[in-house]
Amino acid sequence: MIDLSLLPDGGMAWLDGSGPESHLVLSTRVRLARNLSSHCFTPRSTAADREAVLADVVAVARETVSLRNAITFRLDTLERTDRQLLHERHLISKELAGLGDPEIVRAGAALLVQDRTGVMLNEEDHLRLQGLRSGFALEAAYADVDRVDTELGQRLPFAFHPEFGYLTSCPTNVGTGLRASVLIHLPGLVLTKEISKVLQGLAQVGLTFRGLYGEGSEVVGNFFQLSNQTTLGKSEQELLDHLGKMVRQVIAYEEQARQVLLRDVPTIIEDKVWRAYGLLRYARTLSFDETMNLLSGVRLGVGLGLIERVGLYTLNKLLVHTQPAHLAVLEGIRPDDPELSVRRAHYVRGLLADETGRRG
Amino acid sequence: MRCDQCHERDAVVHLTQIAQDQVVTLHLCEKCAAEKGVESGASVGKSPVGQFLATMGKGMEAGGAMPGPGSGGSCPGCGATLTDFRESGRLGCATCYRTFEASLRDLLRRLHGSSRHLGERYAPPGEGPVAPADSAIQLRHQLKLAVDTEDFELAAELRDRLRAVEGEA
Repeated sequence: MIDLSLLPDGGMAWLDGSGPESHLVLSTRVRLARNLSSHCFTPRSTAADREAVLADVVAVARETVSLRNAITFRLDTLERTDRQLLHERHLISKELAGLGDPEIVRAGAALLVQDRTGVMLNEEDHLRLQGLRSGFALEAAYADVDRVDTELGQRLPFAFHPEFGYLTSCPTNVGTGLRASVLIHLPGLVLTKEISKVLQGLAQVGLTFRGLYGEGSEVVGNFFQLSNQTTLGKSEQELLDHLGKMVRQVIAYEEQARQVLLRDVPTIIEDKVWRAYGLLRYARTLSFDETMNLLSGVRLGVGLGLIERVGLYTLNKLLVHTQPAHLAVLEGIRPDDPELSVRRAHYVRGLLADETGRRG
Repeated sequence: MRCDQCHERDAVVHLTQIAQDQVVTLHLCEKCAAEKGVESGASVGKSPVGQFLATMGKGMEAGGAMPGPGSGGSCPGCGATLTDFRESGRLGCATCYRTFEASLRDLLRRLHGSSRHLGERYAPPGEGPVAPADSAIQLRHQLKLAVDTEDFELAAELRDRLRAVEGEA
């Protein structure tokens, strides 16, 4: 079992609810895809290639400020639950964690993590550098990851083409290699049925959305990851500015939708919010999806000032620790144990009781 | 994950809809998604690659000439061919981008609306200072090449960039 306490804030500093706009935006991530010109890209690489990439990066990381104290996880030596745990913390992709279809962990797959930055190694690209921040903080997340990029790029030969820019395994990432995403909670737009229009509008201006766990994941609990679709033909700053501008717009729409709900259907909204709270507070079994949806209701209630005694930190903690691998580790059972939904309900009741000072 | 519609093929498009105040996500295969006329973020991103790769495949199967010089054969860096790219959607190594440059330029324009990197410049360690993003001399040279090869789309882009650079000077 890996000791996640080794990670600063258990790798969850981004979930502390302290960042800008954190009542709506959970976290901001900026990732840069980079490859070494000296080796075949990962999908065509041999195990020896990947070991060499890992060894090169780990060696030079020690010389840098941004990664010299990084903790290295070799995913190809970790148990499935541990890999799932890192994935649930948004530190590694589903593919790198070996949780895709088929479930294979690539030899040489690894994660380096220090403070708010991380490097996935031997993912689809040799290096996926990422900066993670709490709340809506595109500039700060980019500054973090840019520092890692500069320090590593001075020591390792990145694949770069004068016209196409940074070269990546998939042509959809070429150029800047930058994908910025903002994880945002939009229940107001969902309830007012405006969400489809907003998402279609975003697609028209070159943005895309994904679910809670990024590419290929489902939308649960009204959490959407908004990100740039293209990576070439615009500078890093232009990509960030464009996404930032559009996210601010979406935030304004969401706030507006919430006001409309409070004005036009206050009883329905109050009922929805308190029903969600009631179920979380007293239910005896809870599936993960149900928990996410109920937490969405309570988060909306907190945002609207209807529920006052539950803090954002508690909501974020519930969001993280009710995920299957987290809960399983916490409870000392397997993530696929049928008992999990009972344990989940027990855990949620306990945390909410501590928060409100009453046992249920 | 199987397609919610046909229950046969793998779902590749995840369509989020609103039904009775609930977000419902439909998982569809390419075919069923196309039949529903779905253009999700994922399918918008995917379709140009798909179309382009399909076009390349046809050209190869028919033995037709591949677009642009230097795009045929296999990559000297990793041995990958355009057929490999068509099948996997992934390039084999950095050299592939030079080997299949002309084909890729076209694909990148379709995917990103441009083939020109405007972000940070980079020089590998030990290769001297980072080259400036655009110099008028470089751009004029590239413009001449584009006109000579009758790549008018690129020529127009380069002309605009040249004007911008000369305007700044």
